[in-house]
Amino acid sequence: MNWLEWGFFGVLTILVIGGGLAVVLNRNLFHSALWLIVSLFGVAGLFVMLSAPFLAAVQVLVYIGAIVILIIFAIMLTRRMMGISEAPNSQWTLGLAAAALTFLVIAMTLVLASNGANPLIPREPLTQIGGESLRDLGVALVDLNQYVLPFLLASVLLEAAMVGAIVLARGEE
Amino acid sequence: MVPLTAYLIVAALLFCIGMYAVLARRNAIAILMGVELMLNAVNINLVAFWRFLTPSTTATGSGLQVGMAGQTFAIFVFVVAAAEAAVGLALILSVFRNRRTVIAENVDSLKL
Repeated sequence: MNWLEWGFFGVLTILVIGGGLAVVLNRNLFHSALWLIVSLFGVAGLFVMLSAPFLAAVQVLVYIGAIVILIIFAIMLTRRMMGISEAPNSQWTLGLAAAALTFLVIAMTLVLASNGANPLIPREPLTQIGGESLRDLGVALVDLNQYVLPFLLASVLLEAAMVGAIVLARGEE
Repeated sequence: MVPLTAYLIVAALLFCIGMYAVLARRNAIAILMGVELMLNAVNINLVAFWRFLTPSTTATGSGLQVGMAGQTFAIFVFVVAAAEAAVGLALILSVFRNRRTVIAENVDSLKL
């Protein structure tokens, strides 16, 4: 079964990384937004592989269904910029160097740290996660001893952000 | 199962791709897309660590319970990403209405 899992992981990695690269390198902004959907869909697949199906559903609903649609709306509302094939800015070599260096540092640290039996980077999960985890997530979000206060604060933050977005986008009449 | 290191390396690669978009793209909407990619990389990390490092189930009043810290944090990241996208795109629209541009370099009236 292991090769099947690696196969799925490889396909999803290609979706995530290839989609991400296409988002970054595409000169046409609208095509970038469409490639962003591919990348986010790959991330949803990774969530399924990590036995977090609820997060995968939320990823498809919120990210692909709402945020990308919002981005496409913004692209179309600023349409004079859409046809322009956009070159990267003058410091793109510096940006590329910074991104590559960051990745090399993280990857080297990871490979060195997972060499040998590091308890913080295990090869196998510590526990089996069953179908109960969705119920536990719901309980954790509203349990007084767990995350009910951050949950309410997040709702207030979202509310304030939405009101602010409406005020900002409405303009002055 | 695919080891934790593989997930972390994919997330690091996605994060750096998003970082390059933020540093190198000129259109403000493209920069916002880069930020979304970075937030997604963080979410992969959170869920991967949750899957691999959650300690064994604890007994509570309502039966056995799995720790849910990682997934809860990922949900908060979703909330912040939605708020960020809404406010960011509203700001971009407002700037476009006033300045007729969405190129980040041309919006520099705060520069000395």
